[in-house]
Amino acid sequence: MGKLHQMIERNSIVLVLMITIVASIGGIIEIAPLFTIQNTVEKVEGMRVYTPLELAGRDIYVREGCYACHSQMIRKLKTDVDRYGHYSLAAESMYDRPFQWGSKRTGPDLARIGGRRSDEWHVRHLKEPRKVVKGSLMPGYAFLADTDIDPQRIALSIKALQWAGDPYTDEMVKEAAKDAIRQASPDMDDAESIKERYGEKVQIRDFDGNPARVTEMDAMVAYLQMLGTLVDTKALRAAVKAQRQAAESKPAGKAKEVAAR
Amino acid sequence: MEKNSCRAECAISLLPVLAVAALGGVFTLVGKEPILVFHGAIMALSGALAALYLFRKMLAPPAEIPLEYNDKIIRAAVIMILIWGIIGFGVGDIVAWQLAYPNLNFDLPWTNFGRLRPVHTTAVILGFGGNALLATSFYVVQRTSRARLAGQVTPWLVFWGYNLFVFLGVTGYLFGVTQSREYAEPEWYADLLALLVWIGYFWIFLATLARRAERHIYVANWYFLGFIIAFAMLHIVNNLSVPISLEYAKSYSLFTGVQDAMTQWWYGHNAVGFFLTAAFLGMLYYFLPKAANRPIYSYRLSIIGFWGLVFTYMWAGSHHLHYTALPDWVQVLGMSMSLILLVPSWASVFNGFFTLNGAWHKLRYDPALRFMTLAVLFYAIATFEGVFMALKPVNALSHYTDWTVGHVHAGALGWVAFITIGSLYKLVPWVWHREGTYSRRLEAWHFWLALSGAVIYVGAMWNAGITQSLMWQTYDANGQFVYSFMDSVDMLHPYYVARAIGGLLYLVGFMIGAYNIWLTINPPTPAEIPSTPETRPLPASGVVAQPAAQPAE
Repeated sequence: MGKLHQMIERNSIVLVLMITIVASIGGIIEIAPLFTIQNTVEKVEGMRVYTPLELAGRDIYVREGCYACHSQMIRKLKTDVDRYGHYSLAAESMYDRPFQWGSKRTGPDLARIGGRRSDEWHVRHLKEPRKVVKGSLMPGYAFLADTDIDPQRIALSIKALQWAGDPYTDEMVKEAAKDAIRQASPDMDDAESIKERYGEKVQIRDFDGNPARVTEMDAMVAYLQMLGTLVDTKALRAAVKAQRQAAESKPAGKAKEVAAR
Repeated sequence: MEKNSCRAECAISLLPVLAVAALGGVFTLVGKEPILVFHGAIMALSGALAALYLFRKMLAPPAEIPLEYNDKIIRAAVIMILIWGIIGFGVGDIVAWQLAYPNLNFDLPWTNFGRLRPVHTTAVILGFGGNALLATSFYVVQRTSRARLAGQVTPWLVFWGYNLFVFLGVTGYLFGVTQSREYAEPEWYADLLALLVWIGYFWIFLATLARRAERHIYVANWYFLGFIIAFAMLHIVNNLSVPISLEYAKSYSLFTGVQDAMTQWWYGHNAVGFFLTAAFLGMLYYFLPKAANRPIYSYRLSIIGFWGLVFTYMWAGSHHLHYTALPDWVQVLGMSMSLILLVPSWASVFNGFFTLNGAWHKLRYDPALRFMTLAVLFYAIATFEGVFMALKPVNALSHYTDWTVGHVHAGALGWVAFITIGSLYKLVPWVWHREGTYSRRLEAWHFWLALSGAVIYVGAMWNAGITQSLMWQTYDANGQFVYSFMDSVDMLHPYYVARAIGGLLYLVGFMIGAYNIWLTINPPTPAEIPSTPETRPLPASGVVAQPAAQPAE
């Protein structure tokens, strides 16, 4: 060891090369295979890209650093599943740039917060958290209700995401700025047209209780209300159960085949 | 004395400098967000000033380069360590109080916890830690190579460029410019600046090694080199993103979901592994033996420790993602490699402690050496704890709780900052040519305040985290949860107050340290201190001199 290392430590270029090679191995072996997406992210029915308004909400979530206190990852642990719902699937964050799984729960997990509370609850809670939840440590975000969204910026965002590889159609890109307004303005004549692009389940309503403006509060609540709702986890659970029962009733050879899958 | 003009170096440096200035200019002109216009103006101005400086250097007649070490750059970095330290620890304590008393968020955009928290982490890790590494790596590489630092202008460009990067980061967060990637929050343009700076840093280091008068590259430099190379890889890959336009600061990660998570924690874990561990081990390998006046205990342990660390750390990032949607094989691999990581970590610990053999008595009167020794102890504890927490069953308990926060701070307060402070108390007198620090008593005050602060902090977070997690997992006989989430939050309050007090002690200690270092640099006028016993006023017989008659300490 001594002789070999003497050579290395006398030659800075050899040292640099050695460090580069030795340090690269781990990352290459662990990360590169994950990009063979089929094996990492199983396709799940219901997943779609974010609507422009939801994306604006997500951008606010990222901007305010919500990840510092809230996770968006229900682990495959009984305690997590019992408290927050079906564990998070890889596919559920397949359009998340960046991922927001978080690393600390000063507040609860938000992966399936969508539909659990009313819009009004969210607005009041975001404005004055301790008026709604006694003892909450969350800062107030009343300023979201006073700030209009910037449709022009949202359009640029959707375009960038399309470029990065998310399946936004050209029509989605073209309509992005208008769609951001439409989703929070159910009274507009063509509000429903957003469903043609993003599916029937898109929630169209005035989220912040102020129909006069489309604010960051609209965007934030629209985002929170869709979190974890795209995949029908009940149906998923039923399907898995049925598959398991079918496997048990079949002859041993076939069951093995199913299990291997 | 050798004669040298700055033609080639200045001309090459001009390219990145002008690029930064041009990008800043574009932001200033087309930016639609005030913060981006502000950042653009700062970048344009800094770039223009740097370009002017380079032009002047280029046109000046060949200057004589002194054959002495370049210590001016080290002095500048030392000042920045103090400034970023006070900002970073100060904001850290503010956010700690916010968690104890949430009304302190004031519900304004730029004062809420979510925006201030990355200000704390960036100011401490990149501001305080980064400048500490610039200062000590430049010091160590010159002394152990017996060569002057390479480059006439590059060290200064690296120094100012790096601090501009940290400045763009922390001011950006306050206005909502962030990638929300933990410990890599600065947006793409700041990241590009950091990359340019890093290339310069790498070149300085290699070029200085190339002109060394020693045959062997000293072990501390292996660590610094490992840190520079690895951090470049991590920084580039993790920050790959698509800016939405030049009018807005926003960008989107090139990776999504699972891949993004793995890339981010490959980065996050190794930012700890190479920035906060390898590089600070480099500091340890120089300043501890110097302070103890003993040689490094084992050459062989250094080799095992170094290569083991460089190889193994890179595998361990996935232990941040246990039980998540990340494929199981990556989780198990990450856990197993984390276990192995204890070997190189503790190789350095043993090397550090055994180096102190024969010098343990010095701990009694040298607070700086005490800082370094405790740093090794905290490093031993934190690396053991880290391995423990990487085990999946333990992680099921510790993850998402304040235990993680406690673990990180055992490393940051106890290891990173202690080794830095201990080294600073040695480095400052050396580069300013003083006999010692202004006051050893103040050093001792700093030591005890910092140690009690760190112990209170870490103890409070252990208790908070474990209690929190057990409450989340408690079922009654019917299989129902006993505690609501809010019960687990209410329980935290006393621990959060204790943590904030611990942090305050740590901050006060550091401010005493900064004051001490400041007075070491600018000593009170020596004329007031009588130089010989004969000139000292004699006390009246039988009466002890009044404190007021004593010379200022």
